[in-house]
Amino acid sequence: MLRAGQSLVLPGALPLDGGQRLEDVRVAYETVGELNAAKSNVILLFHALTMDQHVVSTHPRTGKPGWWRNSVGRGKPIDTDRFFVICANVLGGCMGSTGPASPAGDGQPYAMRFPVITIRDMVRAQVALLDALGIERLHGAVGGSMGGMQALSLAANFPERTSAALVIAATARHSAQNIAFHEVGRQAIMADPKWQGGDYYGSGKGPDAGLAVARMAAHITYLSEAGLTEKFGRRLQDRPDGTKGAKTFGFDADFQVESYLRHQGLSFTDRFDANSYLYITRAMDYFDLAEEHGAKGKGSLADAFAGTSARFCLVSFDTDWLYPTAESRHVAHALNAAGAPVSCVALSAPHGHDSFLLEVPALDRVIAGFFNQ
Amino acid sequence: MRGTLRPDLAVIAANVAPGSRVLDVGCGDGALMAALRDQRGVDARGLELDAGNVAECVARGLSVIQGDADADLGHYPDAVFDYAILSQTLQTTKRPDKVLDELLRIGRRAFVSFPNFAHWRVRLSLLWGGRMPTTRLLPAAWYATENIHHVTIDDFRALLAARGVRVEQAWFLTGDRRTSAAAANFRAEHAVFLLSR
Repeated sequence: MLRAGQSLVLPGALPLDGGQRLEDVRVAYETVGELNAAKSNVILLFHALTMDQHVVSTHPRTGKPGWWRNSVGRGKPIDTDRFFVICANVLGGCMGSTGPASPAGDGQPYAMRFPVITIRDMVRAQVALLDALGIERLHGAVGGSMGGMQALSLAANFPERTSAALVIAATARHSAQNIAFHEVGRQAIMADPKWQGGDYYGSGKGPDAGLAVARMAAHITYLSEAGLTEKFGRRLQDRPDGTKGAKTFGFDADFQVESYLRHQGLSFTDRFDANSYLYITRAMDYFDLAEEHGAKGKGSLADAFAGTSARFCLVSFDTDWLYPTAESRHVAHALNAAGAPVSCVALSAPHGHDSFLLEVPALDRVIAGFFNQ
Repeated sequence: MRGTLRPDLAVIAANVAPGSRVLDVGCGDGALMAALRDQRGVDARGLELDAGNVAECVARGLSVIQGDADADLGHYPDAVFDYAILSQTLQTTKRPDKVLDELLRIGRRAFVSFPNFAHWRVRLSLLWGGRMPTTRLLPAAWYATENIHHVTIDDFRALLAARGVRVEQAWFLTGDRRTSAAAANFRAEHAVFLLSR
């Protein structure tokens, strides 16, 4: 059964890669299914950058159904008749887990006083959640995009904690291009006068314009060129006065794709905190699993997985140019070199990076086959 | 396991030492890997070009990486497998000689199976028909076949000799039946070699 809206405060301080320790960290999570007596049927699900713990439950702010209802549920590829699924909001998030909008020791929101965190810090918080729930070893960990980075980080940094890791449309390090797109988003937020150095929480209105632009830029990277062409092409919007698809010779959203992006940007500001967006994108940019596990500049990705006993499966999509198939293959080769059992497949799907959230029958078969071992 | 293994795969399956580590290059839907895992306790890994086949393998609980023999064998460390297997794939590679070298670098031993282009039926067909043969083992027309480097048993032996590769054992098949090594280049439809350096 679904238990949404759970949360707990981690018992000790959480050590961070930046050197600080974060006190009273709250982790918000939801669970689906039943935990067996041996606590051996747990699948930990890591969410992506702008997702949250509402995997199956209706989102409290948008009213939309859970983001991975396609794949998680009774008789679904991750079958909750068999598995106990946990998904927690990431550290730095804005859906109940401690993040920049949470109160610091003085009762005021952290805002930019929140420490810069890493993907490994996010994983530490999730491992601490498992500790608190008395779960020693996962049947499996799974995530797409940033969730896949966390699944890799978990397997590399806490090898005893999971028997399997399914990594979808992800990478072991952020590329210059990935960082560049994130920087555009961050600069858009920080250039919005309403950002106010991050201290906008008391002022009623945050940097919605900047956050919307950040979302618009990022959203393009989640879609394929062919997908955008198919959905919008160069089609024009109908005008409010009833004119069918005519150019205005102005700067309204003439093209349907403009209107779509503007809508994506604006609706994002209703559910996401701008400072969380800064911190989480920073964590992704810092992510380089090889660098974490070797001498400076000499890190080998295979070294990162030296201690793992987990099975791995890496899935990419042929139209994903954000984390292209080459990135998954790079990880697979490292796992091979480390001797880990690894599968790696590039599935064909038209919708780019976001394909992992959409219905891809081949993905369902891979997920079910991988976890039903 | 569903159905029975293809005859060349059955020969390989029967001759892989139990409990060994195996890389199946061009593993298809994973039938051989599944049989090795289930019947001989083998730790089998696979490499396969077709995404649908890889998905099928993963759904069977097998560890398979999507890739091709020409480009991706270089990513495997030396001698990490007891056996590297290449079944009915050699003749589809761009550089069979280099693939053979890679197999024997990654695996301490290698199984290689291929359809024999010098089988008498193929010879007759070419001799009397004057057309590129289509047979049971070579069913596709010349323009559609994946076989870009047709090879005979004698060609293969010559390559092995030139590369200093040792033949530990060889099996010859016609249809589902074993045939003798005598005049194999004429009589066998299919050959399986166990090789080492």
